[in-house]
Amino acid sequence: MNRRMVLYMVGSVIKIEALLMLLPLIVSLIYSEKASAVSFLISIAIALVIGFAMTLIVKPGSKVIYAKEGFVTVALSWLFLSLVGSLPFVISGEIPSFVDALFETVSGFTTTGASILTDIEAMSKGMLFWRSFTHWVGGMGVLVFVMAIIPSFSDRSIHLLCAEVPGPVVGKLVPKLRQTARILYIIYIALTLIEIILLLIGKMPLYDSIVHAFGTAGTGGFGIKGDSIGSYNSYLQWIITVFMLLFGVNFNLYYFIIMGKIKTALKSTELWVYLGLVMGSTALITINILPFFESFSSSLKHAAFQVASIITTTGYATTDFDKWPVFSKTILLLLMFIGACAGSTGGGIKVSRVVMLIKNCKRELQRMLHPRSVAVVRFEGKRVDNTTINAVSSYLAIYTLFFCLIVFIIGIENFDLETNISAVAACFNNIGPGFGRVGAAMNYSEFSGLSKIVLSIAMLLGRLEIYPIILTLSPSTWSKK
Amino acid sequence: MNIIIAGCGKIGKTLVADLVSEGHDITVIDQSAQAIDDITNTYDVMGVCGNATDCDTLEEASVYNSDLFIAVTSSDELNMLACFLAKKIGAAHSVARIRNPEYNDRSLGFMRQHLDISMSINPEKLVAQELYNILRLPSAFKVEYFSRRNLEMIEVKLKAEHQICGMTLMKLRDKFKENFLISAVLRGGQVYIPDGSFVLEAGDIISIAASPNDMQKLLKGMGMLQKGAKDVILLGGSKIAYYLAKMLTSSGINVKIVEKELERCQHLSDNLPKTVIIHGDGSHQDLLLEEGIRNVDACVSLTGMDEENIIISIFASSHNVPKVITKINSDELCKMSERLGLDCVVSPKSITSDVIVRYARALQNSQGSNVETMYKIMDGKAEVLEFKVGSDARLTDVPLKNLKIKPGTLIVGIIRAGKVVIIPTGDDVIKNGDKVIVLAADHRLDDLSHIVY
Repeated sequence: MNRRMVLYMVGSVIKIEALLMLLPLIVSLIYSEKASAVSFLISIAIALVIGFAMTLIVKPGSKVIYAKEGFVTVALSWLFLSLVGSLPFVISGEIPSFVDALFETVSGFTTTGASILTDIEAMSKGMLFWRSFTHWVGGMGVLVFVMAIIPSFSDRSIHLLCAEVPGPVVGKLVPKLRQTARILYIIYIALTLIEIILLLIGKMPLYDSIVHAFGTAGTGGFGIKGDSIGSYNSYLQWIITVFMLLFGVNFNLYYFIIMGKIKTALKSTELWVYLGLVMGSTALITINILPFFESFSSSLKHAAFQVASIITTTGYATTDFDKWPVFSKTILLLLMFIGACAGSTGGGIKVSRVVMLIKNCKRELQRMLHPRSVAVVRFEGKRVDNTTINAVSSYLAIYTLFFCLIVFIIGIENFDLETNISAVAACFNNIGPGFGRVGAAMNYSEFSGLSKIVLSIAMLLGRLEIYPIILTLSPSTWSKK
Repeated sequence: MNIIIAGCGKIGKTLVADLVSEGHDITVIDQSAQAIDDITNTYDVMGVCGNATDCDTLEEASVYNSDLFIAVTSSDELNMLACFLAKKIGAAHSVARIRNPEYNDRSLGFMRQHLDISMSINPEKLVAQELYNILRLPSAFKVEYFSRRNLEMIEVKLKAEHQICGMTLMKLRDKFKENFLISAVLRGGQVYIPDGSFVLEAGDIISIAASPNDMQKLLKGMGMLQKGAKDVILLGGSKIAYYLAKMLTSSGINVKIVEKELERCQHLSDNLPKTVIIHGDGSHQDLLLEEGIRNVDACVSLTGMDEENIIISIFASSHNVPKVITKINSDELCKMSERLGLDCVVSPKSITSDVIVRYARALQNSQGSNVETMYKIMDGKAEVLEFKVGSDARLTDVPLKNLKIKPGTLIVGIIRAGKVVIIPTGDDVIKNGDKVIVLAADHRLDDLSHIVY
């Protein structure tokens, strides 16, 4: 394995992180919060030292990387990113415990939005900005960002893209990888800006608009108020609903639309299944929760917001949906697992995988009835080859396995089953709030240190789709044989 | 430029590698998902899986705003049709690989015109041409011509018995009065552009530029001249053998082809009346001895198997055949065969790729000074380009010694009015309308003006 190149790339990522921390530093300075400004400065200095140490001391002989290096680089980058990213919280003393700070940062970068903070509003503006900004950075991916700005970052960077961008198959938009990364970021930035403007029009203060747009764009879910989005007006809630849904769509479709290929974009099976799920769930929940709200429109608003929030794995809330009837909560729990579209900033299993799995099941059933039948699985108007089907099936298997394992470990906490299972589902699928003691109005501060670490790992596993992490941990990846 | 390559075979892959390193945006089309996966994992290109003659596939590959469409699938007809469609959809230029002799001999011009194909390439014919050049001047193992054969550049490997080993270039210049230039030296995998104090050593591969007349005299003076081949044996009756035999016989050289398949033998004999066709296995040593391998001037192994070609060539070398040429497709075997002592190796895919890269580069800078010819020499580590000079005030009418030429570049020759060959010294000038031949090591040149700061 090309260890030097891996180290070099991870070092570059940390340097970029130092650069990104300038933004919260500026915010701290604007609000003249000296303590947090100083802690950002110290963190930037530490990040730069580590970053330059990694990139200057070892010079990679060859820039060629293979799939193995791709996975390891992505996993290590995210790990270091979270470790360094948690420094400001610890240094400023706003989150004194390192485990808590790490949990919060991992939750930020993985766009989970699960928090251990009991009193959000007591935090400084700079820290809250950094917390939400990690969502924005983690949403589209750090290495994608690095690729977009550093020319000829490595040979065969495609392996990095494959390891970092979620979804069963990763395709380029244009021949050059760097250009593809740039297009993705341009679309991402443009959508975020539009959302900020629309929120400003709805009279949301500038700071709140930016922070909430970051949370929506990365499908993260960190807010700055105790009741998340609940205290804002209906217009703002609807805007956030729509944008959560928009960020849950495969970004390739936006590129098609920009290129004038609207027909191609509208032909996407995944898009329609995704919209179908959203509309169906919203309708069912609206009817189910009608007695809780004074009017149909407010019932619809809350249902749509929560469905969008959960299926895109954002995790904002307008109301404490933990108090809703079991039927509605069940729908939301199921949506947690399905997640958003491949190639979006959302988490979960992904709609495309679910569709492929169901189609494959149908084929298998048909094969049982007609043992000699030959059938292929088609998706997005194309034949899906068996390698992809196998990859998707084994992903489901490994996903289930890890889910059970984490639930098992969290079982040590003597909470009720609903809390435990929903907490794991919410972290593993990068959503944030679950039910019971981790419901929309609650937080993760009650968990023990061990559970917080396990849940942090669960968030990383969920965001990077498991493989990079377990491949990095497996000894055979590192053996020289 | 946006370039689309249909077909990821041997030539397709080499092309992708070469064109990616030139910085182009490349999309590849192939039927096999496996081939697409391989290539997109290795190079920074986009892959589209499908048939290159399917309009949807072409659409998906954004043919409508491509600058160059290259069809190099294994089928001539598919290539022609794909180029035709691509051009109709909106590709600016198209290149098709057309290898079948029937198409090439008679109807090529007609088809190219009516199918609107910008360039057709025939790898076998290109290889045959290269082989022919070498056989005409066997001292070299690579021969390139510039400006309609006014200037030639050859690559020679120095052996201990050559008298010029151990001499400095200055001394060479005094000793030989011909107009020549030793433009580059490949030593230990590194290319050097030598100055007057450079000492030549055995084992060096040197590149010499001179006009054809001077070259003959020079090689004679250096004691390195081998007479042009008179009797040649070709092993393997492939398409290359067909083209090569045709070229050789028309310039009065005796050719013998050994081919395994009877049907192919008959076909060759039908089309090559002046050539002796032997039906037999070229890898059988008895047969080679019987057909007089000891007495031929040159032996070219052209069978479809690289390994077989290497074995045959080693056998021929052991029987002291003066010139042994080996065709090898695989890059790995190419490198290995050098260690086995086979110095004259031709690789069809890199020859073809060079031609297309040259075409792409000429398209890219249609303004400014045009690239007329481009060859890769010194094991692909240096390029020689021929430019037509426009009216660039920075370059023209300035004595060369006053130009600040970048390191790693060398002006090899100037051809004035299409016939006067100048091997330049510091006092020569470049004039408007000249053709200038420039050597660039380790970096690429798009335009003549890039040679100066």
